[in-house]
Amino acid sequence: MYVMIREVENSLHKLKFIKEEGRKNAIDAIKEIGKPPVDPTARVDRYLEYFTIGPQSMDPAGIVYKLDHILDVRDTRLKDEVKLMAPASDDVQVNNLENTLEAAMALNFIYKVVRHFYIQGKKTLSLYVIMQIQMILPMVMKEAEAYASALKAFAFGQPIGDGAGPLVAAKLMHGYEIRKLPKDCVMATVPIEGRTALIIKAEGPGGNVGKPGDAVEAVIEENEGKIANVIMIDAGLKLEGETLGEVADGIGAAIGGPGVDQYKIEEKLTKYHIPINAVIIKEDIGDAVSPLRKEINDAVDKVIERVKAVILERTKEGDKVIIVGVGNSIGVGQ
Amino acid sequence: MIVLIVLALSVVSLLLAVSVYLNGVSTPSQAGADDLAAGFLAIIGLVAMTMSMFTLSQSRRQAAEMKIEIPKVMTTIECKKCGIKTVREFQRGDYVYKELDACPKCPDTKQLITAIYKDVKEKEKTYNV
Repeated sequence: MYVMIREVENSLHKLKFIKEEGRKNAIDAIKEIGKPPVDPTARVDRYLEYFTIGPQSMDPAGIVYKLDHILDVRDTRLKDEVKLMAPASDDVQVNNLENTLEAAMALNFIYKVVRHFYIQGKKTLSLYVIMQIQMILPMVMKEAEAYASALKAFAFGQPIGDGAGPLVAAKLMHGYEIRKLPKDCVMATVPIEGRTALIIKAEGPGGNVGKPGDAVEAVIEENEGKIANVIMIDAGLKLEGETLGEVADGIGAAIGGPGVDQYKIEEKLTKYHIPINAVIIKEDIGDAVSPLRKEINDAVDKVIERVKAVILERTKEGDKVIIVGVGNSIGVGQ
Repeated sequence: MIVLIVLALSVVSLLLAVSVYLNGVSTPSQAGADDLAAGFLAIIGLVAMTMSMFTLSQSRRQAAEMKIEIPKVMTTIECKKCGIKTVREFQRGDYVYKELDACPKCPDTKQLITAIYKDVKEKEKTYNV
């Protein structure tokens, strides 16, 4: 038990250091970019403690839209806070600063949870309390280190591993006319292999994942459901032993997050009986939130080849296809 | 704190070992017992000193490891007309598909950022499976 407590204690020291660095980085970025008239430290500390209460699920009917509403309110509130903290920043910088603060917030939360188990374990001298946290500690530390390396990437506006989907979409849509879609998404109509591809991604280059669910819904409705196929491209979590940047394809809505967007996309696809395919680029959690690795960047062309193969195999000439690049568009224009 | 106390005690033990060896505490007929005691004290002192030094060096290494590494991020710039490609370090404000100044070879074409990535040479262990 002493060995376990020591191990948790050492990790806790490291987490405290990472958390403090995260907070410091966020404050420095706000001061540098946002030029606040007053010291933003107190506001940042308050921001780091924000919480979101999920909707009540005793009667689950309609819970997705309740959750969607709560997430919208949270997003607006956090963006407003950043604007108050950093009045000199433009929209792109506001998004980047929000991402930086969210990474600092995640680090703060991880530290507090580990500390909670550590103190409780010491108070109760219960092996089982300490064991709970000690057993998952390697994974917790890996995630914390990933967020720590994400801080600078977000503050500087560098593309991250999660941006693999938008990067593919950007490569396909670059040079074509872009129009905005709800919410915080953009679309371009691109001819690919004799078909019309409607390519969607979150608007960049600010840190933003948009709401691809709303965007896909809107495009399907605009085309009265006459869509031959939907292809979603996203970063997928790789298992240990798999190669970074490996490309795989399959079936289903490739989108993470709380599930609201996946639900909306699946609802619309079911309504119009539209098939859905997915292409993923494999990476681990550390790569997903830290600056884009070269292997992932090199996988973009392989993904485009795979998407074209899916289009050729699953659609006919003249068909309309929706291609969605899912992920954070930070550092990726269009 | 405990490590420092052990280190101090190990130093005391070594000094005692030297003192017992040189001066002795027993009668001349028991001189062999002094050597034995000095030997024991020296072994205890050396083991304690090695362990405490190792623990201290470990904690110093951990403290040194406590820093957030900032990876080197590179930006690839391309001219779509002549295909000239340059790679430089990332600068704040860079983003993929950002148009930059005109290409030095083709003044009528703007250069474009086509990639931003960190180039890390990490070889993952395969564990032979």
